[in-house]
Amino acid sequence: MNPTEPTPLHLEVLYLARLRDTLGRSRETLTLDGPATVADLLALLRARGAPWDSELGGDRVFRVAVDQYMADPATVLVDGAEVALFPPVTGG
Amino acid sequence: MARCHVSVQHADFDFATELGWLGDGSGAVASFIGRVRDDTRDGVPLTAMTLEHYPGMTERVLEELAQAVAARFALDGVLVLHRVGRLLPGEQIVLVVATAPHRHAALQAVDCLMDHLKSVAPFWKCEEYGAARHWVDARDSDQAALARWGAL
Repeated sequence: MNPTEPTPLHLEVLYLARLRDTLGRSRETLTLDGPATVADLLALLRARGAPWDSELGGDRVFRVAVDQYMADPATVLVDGAEVALFPPVTGG
Repeated sequence: MARCHVSVQHADFDFATELGWLGDGSGAVASFIGRVRDDTRDGVPLTAMTLEHYPGMTERVLEELAQAVAARFALDGVLVLHRVGRLLPGEQIVLVVATAPHRHAALQAVDCLMDHLKSVAPFWKCEEYGAARHWVDARDSDQAALARWGAL
């Protein structure tokens, strides 16, 4: 595979709990040019402007899971990945 | 190998019935039940609390937690049951039970499980006070509670 050739990544993005309410949706399918990381996805979402930039930026704390495992900005996304964005947990 | 049973469910639970998962061969049985507090906010009583989870991930995280705590405290068995959906004040939310040959291991295991459950397992609480809804914020004290156990 030619590394300079972008490969499309199809992602299922889930918004849970408070983020679903503030962002006004529970899920969406996004296509990104790969290779891409969680940080690239977040940059794309923040570029939508309010409320995305404030909810997913600044000092708002949130978590990201990729394929149901906790992830960080450097986590590499693969085609077909399920990416969940949610606030810090409050169970128990 | 400890018996581990984990459940995320809408339905209420009966403590005595759930104990059946763990058998009766252990000398010590320790447990914790969390319930919806009869809270007020600005003088308005809590109407209900809705618990949300991340289907799939939550069950897996609870299973991993149960296994890790069972190994750390050499338990005979672990039971973790967490409800989701809309619950009223006084309703049961969570049940954790640990069985072991002796009480210290069982009691500590329950405490350790609850600290991890509150900080690691994907659950979120949304409170209703009359017509007002608000999502509960994570507390720094929960992270501090987690830290005292070190790595599982």
